[in-house]
Amino acid sequence: MTNPSVMDRIGPAWRAAAGTDMSRRRFIKLTGASGLAIGLVSAGAAGAATPKAGAAKLKPGQQPGAFVHIDPKGVVTIQINRLEFGQGSHTGLARILADELDADWNSVRAELAPAGEAYKDPAFGLQMTGGSNSIQNSFTQYRELGARARAMLIEAAARKWKVDAATVRTRAGQLIAADGRSAGYGEMSEAAMALPVPASVTLKKSSEFRLIGKPANRLDSADKSTGRQTFGIDMRRPGMKTVLIARPPHFGGTVAGFDAAQAQAVKGVDSAMQVELDRGATGVAVVADGFWPAHMGREKLKVQWKAPAELADSRKLDQQFGALRGRDGLPARAGDLSGMAGAKKTIKADFRFPFLAHAPMEPLNAVIEMSGTGDGRRCDIWTGTQFQTIDQVTVAKVLQLKPQQVNIHTMFAGGGFGRRATPTADYLADTARVMKAWLAAGRSEPLKVVWTREDDIRGGYYRPLTLHRAEIGLGDDGRIAAWKHTIVSPSILKGTPFEAFLVKDGVDATAVEGVADTAYDLPIAVSVHHPAVNVPMLWWRSVGHTHSAFVMETLIDRIAREAGRDPVALRRDLLKKHPRHLAALDLAVRKSGYGTKSLPAGRAWGTAVHESFRSVVAHVVELSIEDEAPKLHRVTSAIHCNLAVNPRSVEAQIEGAVLMAIGTTIDGSEITLRDGVVEQSNFDSYAMPRMPDMPPVDVHIVPSGDPPTGVGEPGLPPLAPAMANAIFAITGKPVEALPIRL
Amino acid sequence: MANFKVNGRSVKADVDDSTPLLWVLRDSLNLTGTKYGCGVAQCGACTVHLDGQPVRSCVTPVADVEGASVVTIEQIGSGRIGQAVQKAWVEKDVPQCGYCQSGQVMSAVALLRDNATPGDADIDEAMEGNICRCGTYGRIRAAIKAAAANLN
Repeated sequence: MTNPSVMDRIGPAWRAAAGTDMSRRRFIKLTGASGLAIGLVSAGAAGAATPKAGAAKLKPGQQPGAFVHIDPKGVVTIQINRLEFGQGSHTGLARILADELDADWNSVRAELAPAGEAYKDPAFGLQMTGGSNSIQNSFTQYRELGARARAMLIEAAARKWKVDAATVRTRAGQLIAADGRSAGYGEMSEAAMALPVPASVTLKKSSEFRLIGKPANRLDSADKSTGRQTFGIDMRRPGMKTVLIARPPHFGGTVAGFDAAQAQAVKGVDSAMQVELDRGATGVAVVADGFWPAHMGREKLKVQWKAPAELADSRKLDQQFGALRGRDGLPARAGDLSGMAGAKKTIKADFRFPFLAHAPMEPLNAVIEMSGTGDGRRCDIWTGTQFQTIDQVTVAKVLQLKPQQVNIHTMFAGGGFGRRATPTADYLADTARVMKAWLAAGRSEPLKVVWTREDDIRGGYYRPLTLHRAEIGLGDDGRIAAWKHTIVSPSILKGTPFEAFLVKDGVDATAVEGVADTAYDLPIAVSVHHPAVNVPMLWWRSVGHTHSAFVMETLIDRIAREAGRDPVALRRDLLKKHPRHLAALDLAVRKSGYGTKSLPAGRAWGTAVHESFRSVVAHVVELSIEDEAPKLHRVTSAIHCNLAVNPRSVEAQIEGAVLMAIGTTIDGSEITLRDGVVEQSNFDSYAMPRMPDMPPVDVHIVPSGDPPTGVGEPGLPPLAPAMANAIFAITGKPVEALPIRL
Repeated sequence: MANFKVNGRSVKADVDDSTPLLWVLRDSLNLTGTKYGCGVAQCGACTVHLDGQPVRSCVTPVADVEGASVVTIEQIGSGRIGQAVQKAWVEKDVPQCGYCQSGQVMSAVALLRDNATPGDADIDEAMEGNICRCGTYGRIRAAIKAAAANLN
């Protein structure tokens, strides 16, 4: 009953391309239009996880030694194969492994793993954090790792005590024999790690879980509340210089000439050099002792830029996209539209969603350091990234190294929301290009390349500008007779290594998800246009669902009004075959008081439910209009994500997704271009939601014991349409664009 | 060149007078708990206390802190209010990515120093300048109230 995330299509295709056995030495080349090559190398070569003797049959991601370390004092350190950038997988994955290990949670630490074969997503064959997949795809993997380590500890104790392993029990980091003898895990750790890894293990029954399913605070809360947590931008290496890059004002622009005399006169500035940049652009890197001299030096640079041939302009794009939606595009879903001719009523609606920047609080940055000579040459990079495998291969290509010579140290990141998962590895490729120029200049000190906030807001990789048109015919009885749907959205994947997996018959699955695979039982036909635009575009927390859920969920309310139906009742009718949708919807509705509680004058209810990343979220909002703007008074949410590994973390993700979705509704939450130049530059022109914008959010979780599904993104899509539906209930005027302007 | 105190220690910053305090803390003194988020006093990630008052260190030229006393996130927990706020932050499991939280904590301590029992409107006003992209505002609100209750 579940729509697989379009991201899930990567897995099987990638594995097929890489060979089914990822532990075997393979090298594959996937050439996209950009010419980017992706290699998969042998487990040993990648450096991080050398299989132990006696465990040759295990795949890299099954090696306990690469994931869990127990020191003689019993401290358990777990390697996390994902980026931690707020979503809580650092704590969640540690708890999954610790539960099967039967560890004492107070003795558990977690670290972010570097780039390495062992740490690739077991379903995707890529080391990455995205698609709300961290817990989904590594749940069984981390359980099996914990269970294997526990079995080895038991075996070590049994051998020492000369008893049958079947008689040794464990409890919270202790091994206990039938005769009462006991030992801490630490005492047995060295003996255990010398034993062969069992090829198979029996996992706990869910009734035996001690940690999984129980709410827990984050492992990193204290460090993040006291300033002790180190992020990528805090990294420092001996002799390191700081680099700011003067980038062209237009995407793909180049340096026609530059004068660095005044820049180099700034105290602390080392040098300025022309560098190659992402998308064929060039720029000028200012190298200095620290951020401020680099910044002042960049201000004093005089650069003549050469603009590219194509300059994107929002007004022209709106016209171009608007004209396109009047025509049929590439078919994304076939549907029987014969009912349109006899329709008694029609709804015709046009929607617009702007470019959006991710704007993670920590601006992009990376530290790069070169060492060694000949075959021992090595590049170390410290950065917060969602895409280690892509980054490693891309950086290696720039520096003419083998991927295994590039060591990526995964740093905690101050947000990302997709921006740190670029198929071009843009900010790391640029970092490597700066190092290449630095080396060519005869220098070798480590460099920290930092983006300013202005660089970030103007730097592209936006959620695409997207338009929709829907024409819906209703029958006499209010029944939906036909639904013709056209989407205009540039493809984010064309020209990337993912094109082969996610673009089928010209249709980019990330542009139509949430409409073409709607759970509603509808006679709907969907087509899509993917105009080419000279703006770098990318997935943005919940990807295509950022717009598709808004369109579908507001249209359902409009249909309900035309048909004289209650919008919740209409949803229930159209979702009869989808028990998870119904469970989430019913839970949110019941907890909110919708239909039973009466609201103060001026307030209205708004409801929306949407599936993404295999989970279903329903929001019921209470909203009024104050000072010509929507004011949220309460959000009641319900999520069906199957087993909630850490319910407290699930609640946090829904709260966060609600806030980020509110951000898409507020005035000023929009990136626009004029003659190729981005018009916004910082938080004074690209609006962020703030404390007064946050309503009380009550999160409820549908109980389930099934394997976990996504949590980081699914809370976002249904929030803005729930707000729009409440506004529609108050004003009678449908909301057809984000941000919301009344 | 500027002479001032950071977390009780006398420091001498041999940098251009225009250098914002933020970059002296981060690059010269290696006190990286204070964060860069925008550089234009729009996000609050760089909030420190200057003679007890919260300021945005990203727009405070180091020349302006001559002779002053600066307290950063690294030291704020040694005071009674700072300790209560940080304890509440952990108990309410406030942080997500955590990048903005140093600034949030510094703003919250300043609020509680002036107002022992802040209401929702007080919290909105005091915290509006601190952006959190992850959406921890609800938990921040709850943590400030919990800290206030513990202190009273």
